[in-house]
Amino acid sequence: MNSGLIPEGVKRCPTWKFALGVAIAGAVLLWGVYAMLLCWFKGLNQTNMNNAYGFALWIWADLAVIALGGGAFFTGFLRYIVGKDELKHIINYAVLIGFICYSSALLILAIDVGQPLRSWFIFWHANVHSMLTEVAFCLSCYFGVLTIEYLPLVLENRKIDQVPFFHHLGHNMHHIMAVFAATGAFLSFFHQGSLGGVSGVLFARPFGFREGVLIWPWTFFLFTWSAAACGPCFTISITKLTEKVTGKKLVKDNVVELLAKISGWMLTGYIIAKIADTIYWAAVTAPSKGFRMMDFYSHNSFYGLWILILEVGICGVLPAAILITDRGRRNQKTLVTAVVLASLGVCLNRWVMVLQMLAVPVLPFENWVLYIPSWQEVATTVLPVAYGVILIMVSYRYLPVFPQEPELNPVKS
Amino acid sequence: MEAVNRRNRAKKYGMVIDLDKCTGCGSCTVACMAENNIPFRKDESDKLLSIAWLHVYKLTNGKPFPHTDVCYLPRPCMHCEGHHGHSPCVSVCPATATDYDEETGIVSQIYTRCFGCRYCMAACPYHVRLFNWWDPVWPDGMEKMLNPDVSVRMRGVVEKCSFCYHRHQRAMEKAYLEGRRELEEHEYQTACTQACPAGAITFGDLNNPKHAVYRLKKSPRAFRLLERLGTRPKVYYLSSREWVRQAGDNHLQQEKQKI
Repeated sequence: MNSGLIPEGVKRCPTWKFALGVAIAGAVLLWGVYAMLLCWFKGLNQTNMNNAYGFALWIWADLAVIALGGGAFFTGFLRYIVGKDELKHIINYAVLIGFICYSSALLILAIDVGQPLRSWFIFWHANVHSMLTEVAFCLSCYFGVLTIEYLPLVLENRKIDQVPFFHHLGHNMHHIMAVFAATGAFLSFFHQGSLGGVSGVLFARPFGFREGVLIWPWTFFLFTWSAAACGPCFTISITKLTEKVTGKKLVKDNVVELLAKISGWMLTGYIIAKIADTIYWAAVTAPSKGFRMMDFYSHNSFYGLWILILEVGICGVLPAAILITDRGRRNQKTLVTAVVLASLGVCLNRWVMVLQMLAVPVLPFENWVLYIPSWQEVATTVLPVAYGVILIMVSYRYLPVFPQEPELNPVKS
Repeated sequence: MEAVNRRNRAKKYGMVIDLDKCTGCGSCTVACMAENNIPFRKDESDKLLSIAWLHVYKLTNGKPFPHTDVCYLPRPCMHCEGHHGHSPCVSVCPATATDYDEETGIVSQIYTRCFGCRYCMAACPYHVRLFNWWDPVWPDGMEKMLNPDVSVRMRGVVEKCSFCYHRHQRAMEKAYLEGRRELEEHEYQTACTQACPAGAITFGDLNNPKHAVYRLKKSPRAFRLLERLGTRPKVYYLSSREWVRQAGDNHLQQEKQKI
């Protein structure tokens, strides 16, 4: 029925199968949309947030998807600026995942604010001292850049490409993509960093606060670094998942291994910096404010040292150690384990910097406050996942996302 | 020159609360709610969703009977000075919806500009910033009892203690009409100060030697909450009990032993 839209030289599943997949993801999406409308029309009383937990699941999801979407800017940087040409075979998918992550982040933010219709105040009444202002500006601009980066891929659709204007537009856009990749890398550096600064500048919250250089706390640099390290890991994870679902090899091993190797070294550098940061924070910063490190990991029923060990050790040191070795990268099982752990690690880091920070009592006569999200919060957090699945399904079906696919999966005529 | 003059004229309104006098009766909270049109719901059992600009904490020394000691600690907004007016909440608000007034030292909240991102709530270690999870609903007829000088807040914005700033505005208007530029101490007092039956709360200009707070803040009994965080709060507490003064901040074990 829609075979004219499917890229040449590749095979796609029957329409009914595709429609069924979209319908299932669509049902989840509708559930999320319903919860979103409840939040918009009835207010944030639909959530389990409270006056102790002003930031909760959504802000974590926001920070996490932006970190995971970091694969787009870093792969683009490596491909167009550093000149790692092999990565042209995975850059489309990295951009698509980045586009999904960033559009999701913007949607979540639109649900999260108490007065969504006033969201533009952040631009109009901008406070230059606020990290969130920097986030808002860079995030919006970078989403524009990602849209521009995604557009040439859309224009490569067989039907669209038949229109001469779109054909030439797409062709010319490819030529100037390095400019957008550089812009994207610049903007990403700042908004990934600003998101780290969100907790790092809170000098009255000893769990999140960090010293730094000039106006930027160390978390500014750690967030950018971790996004550059773990974002590509997420791109590889989703690529491997897509290969599993489609039952096809879509990207050659040398491409994946190159990206995994760079990620591995980035992750190694990051995790050394993170350990140094944690030691300095535990030995100097927190004690200067009257806290022992264990004050942040005891006297409550959830947050213990296990979360630090899980984040830094199991989801940091371990995947880094795997990814920097040839053997680790060549073995599919260890490779997938490492990229999944690295992706989980960066999510866990965002979790503790948002939720654990708020759970820790600062006033000596207050107690830990734990929180469980409401179903509306869960549904609206799952919403972007369903949206992402649908966009990937549609893009994979109708666009030449994986340039190596025809070569790796020749269609028998 | 003008800047110097302005700085010399600048007030630093603050509060001194004598915890040895406070009985924990809650009059200050009630007066604050009535004065500032603070909304409430039928079910206020979940205090994490309640709005009370002035919350009264109950502190104990943790010792068993008969050595048990209790202290009630009223906690309004600390109107932190921070570093050069960069109080924890003011510097983070992305839409400049909260401001540090250099002329009064009061941290304001602009309800009509706040879009409810709640970053300020995350920044405040005192939990003085509260979110309107619901639109205010007043019992029948009560809307006629609301204070016309204070705007009610809509769902989705953050609010907090303003040191009854509308009273400052009213007092300044009266002073201007009388050809004055300065206020007497009694002309600007917060609702909680006036309501406290024990006289535990004293309010005034911390920079003005003629005001009682100027002297009281220098008392050896005086301390502030979480001073070592660098927030520089403008609410001082007085207590003759060592354990109460210690409870005002976090201390490492070796520091406690020294004390």
